[in-house]
Amino acid sequence: MAEQNWKENRSSFFASALGPLLWTLVFFIVPMGIVWAYSFGRNAGLTEIDLVGTLDNYKRATEWLYLSIFAKSFGVAAMVTLICLIVGFPVAMAITFASEKWRPWLLLGIMLPFWTNLLVRTYALMMLMGSQGYANKALGGLWGGASWLKTLIGLEPLPTWEPVQLLFNNFAVVFGLVYVHLPFMVLPLYSALDRLDRSLIEASLDLGAGHFRTIMKIVVPLAMPGIFAGVMITLIPALGAYLTPDLMGGTDSQMIANVIERQFKRANDWPFGAALSFMLIYAMFILIALQGLRKKPAETH
Amino acid sequence: MALFNRTPRAPLEYSRTLWLRGWVTAVMVFLYAPLIVLMVFSFNDSKRNVVWRGFSTKYYVKAWNDSTLVEALVNSLTIAALATLFSLVLGTFAAIMLWRFRFPFKGAVDGVMSLPIIVPEICLGVAFLIFFAAIDWPSGLIWPFNLSAITIAHITFCFPFVTMVVRSRLASFNKEQEEAAKDLGASEWQAFRDVLLPHIRPALVAGALLAFTLSLDDFVITFFTAGPDTITFPVKVYSMVRFSVTPVVNAASTVLIILTVVLTALALKYQGVKSIAESH
Repeated sequence: MAEQNWKENRSSFFASALGPLLWTLVFFIVPMGIVWAYSFGRNAGLTEIDLVGTLDNYKRATEWLYLSIFAKSFGVAAMVTLICLIVGFPVAMAITFASEKWRPWLLLGIMLPFWTNLLVRTYALMMLMGSQGYANKALGGLWGGASWLKTLIGLEPLPTWEPVQLLFNNFAVVFGLVYVHLPFMVLPLYSALDRLDRSLIEASLDLGAGHFRTIMKIVVPLAMPGIFAGVMITLIPALGAYLTPDLMGGTDSQMIANVIERQFKRANDWPFGAALSFMLIYAMFILIALQGLRKKPAETH
Repeated sequence: MALFNRTPRAPLEYSRTLWLRGWVTAVMVFLYAPLIVLMVFSFNDSKRNVVWRGFSTKYYVKAWNDSTLVEALVNSLTIAALATLFSLVLGTFAAIMLWRFRFPFKGAVDGVMSLPIIVPEICLGVAFLIFFAAIDWPSGLIWPFNLSAITIAHITFCFPFVTMVVRSRLASFNKEQEEAAKDLGASEWQAFRDVLLPHIRPALVAGALLAFTLSLDDFVITFFTAGPDTITFPVKVYSMVRFSVTPVVNAASTVLIILTVVLTALALKYQGVKSIAESH
């Protein structure tokens, strides 16, 4: 169905376009434009910023200290994405091949946490992972069980259980981000797997491939668009995560968003914060462009 | 019961393999156990969150008597309702514009309009902080107008999601229906109201639910746009978690979780689990 030329029905076009376009201009493009302008500015006094067109902020942002925080953020986000993919793929498979009766409920089970408040979920996780929390108790129980087994076969019992520090370190940040982002990964994977032609899987099984081989050679390649969508949809928010590293991380688990926040709330260096913000946005653009590059050869088939 | 089903498993019934069932169960436990423990301990009769000391609702009473907490919740719900309303209108119009018309720079307009989805929350928050500081507005207004800055920020990142949901629903609309309505004498507005709107209604419900939960959920952007007298629920909970972990936080969180579940249930009742699931 062809789209209508806007000139043919100007009144309808303006009626629908005016609101969204104006809103986007005033409340998105202008604020982002100011940040961009500030990133070339310099602090002059407490509240004033001179727009002098300097590149000093970017020069500082590419110093080793900040580059290493960028690299670390990227590493954490990549690790979170990988874990989400490994954990989420079987779940998406299970939803796809579930019976008609169960599928909507499984989907709902994945989506409900996605709708639940992020802060509430983070707090719930922190409660469990505290040094007196249930995660530690469960680990202690396992430890005790292992110790008991060892005495049973006549070995020395294990030393007494010391609660481990599960919170306020890098492990907690990765764990918390996986907890928060898992639904993001499962949903696009599911929608890709759902579209898959099942006769291809049947053919592979009929021709003698095992289930594992069929999944690796048939299902995964066919679900690639969904896998890439899931990776992007997990990687991008994980890269810019603020709350999880702030609440669950230790002093060495700062991610880039925390550094940006500090420039605005505590260090009061807005131009430098603006430059860091735009570095993060450019990083997103590069990721999205990379995904775009991948798409094109696939379409020429 | 299904575990002991005697009918042999068909090759593609992966969901009936034991390891996959175990895996899904483990993931569900992982996703839900923290929330359930949090809710259970909101009824605990102890200051500390670790040992169960008997049932009590005293922390709900405490939360209810904490006027700043209640105010924060009212603020959050007001902002979410306003943001949902505006996002639905703006998002629907944007979707119709992008679906129906061909116009110069359409690709660019489409791209820029979906940018708020991609731009990291922290960057958007910073942008609003600077923007509202630069125009020096709104300050010193009475409730609910003092929430304008936060509401505007929320609308900006919510309405592109509505556009996305409505647009994918519009793709299945047969334009001949609208033409038929117009041939039969319907005006532009009548055709929109009686033909197009009923078709996109499921998307509007899904979009509204999405916008409402996104707004209610948002911490980072609000953190940057909120003033000292415009605290929202997530911002309040954040400061409580930071400075003192008490069961009051559990009680308040439980209320919010129940609110989410009720909203979801309402949407499901109205729309059915399938169409809600598929609109995402």
